Amino acid sequence: MTSTAVATERGATEREETKKASSLRMFAQPIVVVVLVVGVLVWAFTRDLDAIEKQSINAPVLLDAVWDHLVISFVVTALVLIIAVPLGIVLTRQWARASAPVFLAIATIGQASPAIGILVLFFLVSGWEGLWAAALPITFYTLLPVLRNTMVGLQQVDPALVDAGRGIGMSAFAVLRRIEIPLAVPLILAGLRTALVHAVGVATMAVFVNGGGLGLLIDTGYKLSRITVLITGSVLAVALALLVDWLGTVAEQYLGPKGIR
Amino acid sequence: MASEIQLTDVTKRYGRRKPAVDNFSMTIPAGEIVVFVGPSGCGKTTTMRMINRLIEPTSGTITIGGEDTSTLDPDKLRRTIGYAIQQAGLFPHMTVAQNIGVVPGLLGWDRKKIADRVEEMLDTVGLDAAEFHDRFPRQLSGGQQQRVGVARALAADPPVLLMDEPFGAVDPITRGNLQDELMRLQGELRKTIVFVTHDFDEAVKLGDRIAVLGEQSKILQYDTPDVILANPADDTVAGFVGAGASLKQLTLRRVRDVELVQPEVIVSTQDEPDEIRRRLTDAGRSYALMLDARRRPVAWVHVREPRVRRPIRDMVAAESTVQDALEAILTEGGNAVVTGARGEFKGLVEIDTVMAVIRDLRETV
Repeated sequence: MTSTAVATERGATEREETKKASSLRMFAQPIVVVVLVVGVLVWAFTRDLDAIEKQSINAPVLLDAVWDHLVISFVVTALVLIIAVPLGIVLTRQWARASAPVFLAIATIGQASPAIGILVLFFLVSGWEGLWAAALPITFYTLLPVLRNTMVGLQQVDPALVDAGRGIGMSAFAVLRRIEIPLAVPLILAGLRTALVHAVGVATMAVFVNGGGLGLLIDTGYKLSRITVLITGSVLAVALALLVDWLGTVAEQYLGPKGIR
Repeated sequence: MASEIQLTDVTKRYGRRKPAVDNFSMTIPAGEIVVFVGPSGCGKTTTMRMINRLIEPTSGTITIGGEDTSTLDPDKLRRTIGYAIQQAGLFPHMTVAQNIGVVPGLLGWDRKKIADRVEEMLDTVGLDAAEFHDRFPRQLSGGQQQRVGVARALAADPPVLLMDEPFGAVDPITRGNLQDELMRLQGELRKTIVFVTHDFDEAVKLGDRIAVLGEQSKILQYDTPDVILANPADDTVAGFVGAGASLKQLTLRRVRDVELVQPEVIVSTQDEPDEIRRRLTDAGRSYALMLDARRRPVAWVHVREPRVRRPIRDMVAAESTVQDALEAILTEGGNAVVTGARGEFKGLVEIDTVMAVIRDLRETV
């Protein structure tokens, strides 16, 4: 009795602490992003830039790079959602459960192999360039967190709730739609956030298949030994990743089912 | 509205092992509570779950109200059978109102009708609608969750209700209250209820009939609680009945069914101590029962110390069992004080009355 009381109390303080940490992050992270972006831009634009640097450090080029980067990340997110969530749902159904390890293994290979390797291999095989040549391999690379979290999210739903749902007359599909999926949403969103942050990071490599993005600045800066361009590209990529991570957290906060927080 | 349930030669076999339920036949009369009681793993839950086809029988037929369940769509069948389980099984992301409204929603009732029905059900199970309507399950106590679970099971007014150890996970006091509540509800609704438990005392308290089940859901005895307590069919049943069968029989009689006596001297909180002493002396009694202005029992007062109010430690209600009354008699060291619905004084139960009930039970069975 006493030991459980102590345990609950400790659990409560831990929850309190995570709550505090997450509300601090909710508040501080966007400020950090703004400070980073403003800081690096002011720094870059106020420097003495030579002709080559000026070709990269100007508003249209920077906006273009950021836009391309966002488009790649968005396409990847959409593809991951379209592929991984339904696949996760199917693989947790009784009749498909046996094949789950196969798909998990494939997704694990995707994540474990170096992103640049997948990107280049896909380019060599397909011969494509641009947006899709970047988005498809990055999708493969970021599939695993969402797939695994969708499966875990569905598996951790209390079987008694599924039983109750069937027992009062819901069809298997209704139980999935009204009980299992809503209860798995927090984990799916957490997986999606991880996947997105990966995607923003890996999208810097899109430049190698002519996909544009902030990788362009990093690549130019490195090859032409222009440190300003290199730093601007890197810092903007970091800021973008932090921003996406923050958006994901906000989404988790507001899209998760009420009543279980 | 209630329907008779008939199980005929029902068998459930998993693979090539010996059957989980072997050749089970039983008639469950309309409007009665039948309790399946037996040790864990005896197949009582499996048997119950075959009634609403959560488990499909390997062979045999089950009819509800004369209709063969195997000819119906299982999902539609289940919407006409209430289902309440241990720990309520409420959907944590839905409000109390949404939980209760699920089955009416599945049956295609319109919004207004569902909303009205939800209010009505909350009221039926004794929860304040305004207060609980928008709460989420985790904001409720175990007992409240269970009430909502029962409300959800009854929302579409099904003729049949299946309850699988519904009160198994709550504390003993709450469980007692929920059992009383179920008895009260059943008094109004008269559903056919199949109730599964491993608690024999619960079976005695709730069941119109009890089916004591053994391995493979074999029916060891199927009869009224009176008969099972008095004449267990064999040693296994006797073992399940356990010690103190006579005491358990006392749970079959309610305080409202026995004769109450009135105390010689009743005083009010306004009476002067001298007046109390005088009246006790005149009546030749040593104790008086003190009631307040609304006739609720307050204390016992002794003739030698008329100023001292001795608290009443244990009172019983008209719905309480005679066993509860005996308990109160032993705690009080005197007579048990009986109160009515609004806490008003009704009378006393004497130890002689309890003895008479026991004698009576022995003779009738």
